[in-house]
Amino acid sequence: MQLSTKHLLGIKDLSSEDISLILTTASQFKEVLQRPVKKVPSLRDITIVNLFYENSTRTRFSFELAEKRLSADAINFSSSASSVSKGETLLDTVNNILSMKVDMVVMRHSASGAPHFLAKHIPAAIVNAGDGINEHPTQALLDAFSIQEKIGSLEGKKVLLIGDIMHSRVALSNIYLLKKMGAEVMVAGPPTLIPTYLEQALQVKVEYNLKKALQWCDVANVLRIQLERQNQVLFSSLREYNLAYGVSKKLLDGLQKEIVIMHPGPINRGVEIDSDVADSSQSIILQQVENGVAVRMAVLYLLAGKKAE
Amino acid sequence: MKTILDKRQLHLTILRLAHQLLENHQNLDEVVFIGLQPRGVQISKRIVDTVRNLSVGQNIQYGILDITFYRDDVRKELHIANTTDIPFSIEGKAVILIDDVLYTGRTIRAALDALQDFGRPKKIELCVLVDRRFNRELPIQPDYCGKSIDTAYSQKVKVEWEREEVILY
Repeated sequence: MQLSTKHLLGIKDLSSEDISLILTTASQFKEVLQRPVKKVPSLRDITIVNLFYENSTRTRFSFELAEKRLSADAINFSSSASSVSKGETLLDTVNNILSMKVDMVVMRHSASGAPHFLAKHIPAAIVNAGDGINEHPTQALLDAFSIQEKIGSLEGKKVLLIGDIMHSRVALSNIYLLKKMGAEVMVAGPPTLIPTYLEQALQVKVEYNLKKALQWCDVANVLRIQLERQNQVLFSSLREYNLAYGVSKKLLDGLQKEIVIMHPGPINRGVEIDSDVADSSQSIILQQVENGVAVRMAVLYLLAGKKAE
Repeated sequence: MKTILDKRQLHLTILRLAHQLLENHQNLDEVVFIGLQPRGVQISKRIVDTVRNLSVGQNIQYGILDITFYRDDVRKELHIANTTDIPFSIEGKAVILIDDVLYTGRTIRAALDALQDFGRPKKIELCVLVDRRFNRELPIQPDYCGKSIDTAYSQKVKVEWEREEVILY
């Protein structure tokens, strides 16, 4: 058994078997991370470059740690401290790096489709670590892993995504994944931040009233308001956003059930989520970060394993 | 196809291995039993159950180890990992590794590497049901052996747990 794809460009390309295989393998790696020596030699013949054309702390550290825990050699690249500022193209940069015998590329880029472009032109396996407003597949995988760990199989579970659906690659990857694994998905947020075609195109429910949406769900994944991706004013102020769509303790206390709270980070405290909710026992935000390493180890292990063909 | 151990012989062999283990280890508090995934799980369960029955009242620590991430052929074929469950420390303990068939020795080599990541045991011993003694590719020998047989590389040895027999194909 192995993955049906050579690259991880998006959840869109994965089958439900692929997703199950990644999640099962991740649970074995999670056990590895509890050992006194949290490291296995599986990828010691593999060199991986982390190409980050866009800022990141969690994802970059998580990938780097996953690579080290697998004994791979990792090199890091960030566009600000490189020849990109001298005008080198993406393909030139990557080909130069690959000529130093690199086997895999982990890439984050602000342009949607950048890793897909790269996959067509270079022989190395590519892992998408977030491309523009398209996909962030490893985030969706670690979200799924964290949900499974907390409340069991995804099948039939009701998952709510709140906030900036329009600009969120986390949302799109999550929607693809959850639908493939048999979960029900609803999105909630201001109409200006929810694409109009979403309901028909991806068969998700849309709700503009946060309280009703929370009442419906088992799990609420609160997305970050991405100020850097908004060149027009889509809501009048952060304070107004917080009043209408911020997840507060008061809202959750009124539900008569305990739902699971998630957030992909970084959190804007007091905007999309209040501090007392983010730090509460029903929040699994830090478990998501912890699981991210195991999930990325699984992805890298399964993709590197295909190399010999 | 040839029967190497029939049901009765298999029972007697497991009983003998359990007795030999107890003979060599007076204080079971200092011993941990570890079965190797996937095929060493059944045999290790049987041996550990027998040891338990023979030493009632003693605490016996038993775990299972998967060596997929330590294999030396990861780039040849992708192997899917099984669960590892070692809910105790092996530091300073005598580890009894249990597998069904000892063949090339490569699985045991991987297991020795894997165990290092769990601590520094006092010693490690190997207990196998069947030893294919002339197929070894590494200098590894069992300390406890159910049955030693001569086989060709083209042959297969399988423990059929439903029929409780060991068969040579």
